Amino acid sequence: MVTPYQLPKHMEPVPDVGESDFFEAAKAGRLLFKHCESCGRSHYYPRPLCPYCMSDNTRWVEAAGTGIVYTFSVTRRAGPVPYVIAYVTLDEGVTMMTNIVDCDLDTVHIGQKVRVVYKPTTGDIPIACFAPA
Amino acid sequence: MSMKGHAYIVGAYEHPLRLAPGKSVSQLHAECAKGALQDAGLNLGDVDGYFCAGDAPGIGPLNLIDYMGLKVRHMDTTDTGGSAYLVHVSHAVQAIAAGRCRVALITLAGRPRSEGSSGTVVRNFGLTPDRPYEVPYGPVTVNMYAMAAMRHMHEHGTTREQLAWIKVAASHHAQYNPHAVLRDVVTVQQVLDSPAIADPLHRMDCCVVSDGGGALVVVHPDIARSLKRPLITVLGAGEAQKGLVSQNIDLTTTGAAWSGVAAFAQAGVKPSDIQYASIYDSFTITVLLQLEDLGFCKKGEGGKFVADGNLIAGVGKLPINTDGGGLCNNHPANRGGMTKIIEAVRQLRGEAHPRVQVPNCGLALVQGTGGSIGTRHGSATLILERE
Repeated sequence: MVTPYQLPKHMEPVPDVGESDFFEAAKAGRLLFKHCESCGRSHYYPRPLCPYCMSDNTRWVEAAGTGIVYTFSVTRRAGPVPYVIAYVTLDEGVTMMTNIVDCDLDTVHIGQKVRVVYKPTTGDIPIACFAPA
Repeated sequence: MSMKGHAYIVGAYEHPLRLAPGKSVSQLHAECAKGALQDAGLNLGDVDGYFCAGDAPGIGPLNLIDYMGLKVRHMDTTDTGGSAYLVHVSHAVQAIAAGRCRVALITLAGRPRSEGSSGTVVRNFGLTPDRPYEVPYGPVTVNMYAMAAMRHMHEHGTTREQLAWIKVAASHHAQYNPHAVLRDVVTVQQVLDSPAIADPLHRMDCCVVSDGGGALVVVHPDIARSLKRPLITVLGAGEAQKGLVSQNIDLTTTGAAWSGVAAFAQAGVKPSDIQYASIYDSFTITVLLQLEDLGFCKKGEGGKFVADGNLIAGVGKLPINTDGGGLCNNHPANRGGMTKIIEAVRQLRGEAHPRVQVPNCGLALVQGTGGSIGTRHGSATLILERE
């Protein structure tokens, strides 16, 4: 079976107050996560206060953009086109929800190496998806 | 310390409708409340505590208290999704033991079927902090649980056939429930051949969407002994939240690993003592993960445990969801915890359908989840005993 990738209609992210840094970086094709200077741990999705220690001494780090598929699902009946929802663990150790794109969707597998690629949404902010590396 | 004897479940009612186009959510709540109070042999004026969750229209409990004409001195609107009603039972026992109320009413109702709800659309929970980082990727209910199933298959070799047995068991039970949405007995092959929704879950791995609701009445021991209903007590309870702190992603474990341990410890019993279990079955995988996390089998061995009819009443070692569960019977308001408790009460009273009744059922477990095991979810466990 072959399930070709088609671009779904991605709803634009709606940043909450104070969250513009991440999404401005996305417009420039840069994927950010947060690192806590107090406890030394990184996290995603990014919070102003570290979820491990509550410190507000967190800083942005740009990801290399490569990772591996932790899990995924070829979603066949939720909208006009099939798409692959996934969790990807970045090389830096944080895991993010994403889509796997630009491939035969039936070839996606756990442990697969992937690299970030940005896809357009219904608004100005693109989102970080991943294609086979 | 066990909660035994602090309070008793004396009223339980499941709304008979599964499609209710002509009834409001509020009316369904009120009809469920009336049914449970009648079942207990109590009246509107006896209620002095009210519990509801996010399915109740209005500001917490305020609008429905007004709508139903209640006069209460204790309110609790803890919302943990579909597991909330298990939490309410536990909190009601605590409130009664603390003298905060003597007759606690818990209601749930909804009409997602009439409103066209589906597990294949992105749900809107408002401006949650995670929303902008998840919603654009299309996280619908089904694919979130599908990702947990995919990972479990990868780590433990679980098969679609094994998952299908959970649906097969539900269908064997549902054939005896005249109110069930789906009453046909199905085979493993039929589950495998049903349409793929989100790999590896197919349509028959998913619960029904139904209108309706249910209600429970939990009372002080003095009142319970004045009524004519069997005495069902809570021996132990646990509640937990499991989320996604990003360095520790683990979609093959649910909050049952914590709420279950707490409930068993408080009850002073072990999984092998349980005669009947209601296990939340939003999807087949939900059941498998919770059975492992509750300790009915080891982590990773859920596939073998659920196969070959082991969950079918009269056939297997652990009969579950003898009303047909969410997979076949009912999933009102997209929140299955209430109906799970109700069927456990039926089993302990000896009021389940004779073909699925567990003989001399004296000890039952109820396990609920709510939210999404693919992101963040609530888990609650109750261990109930008939005195």
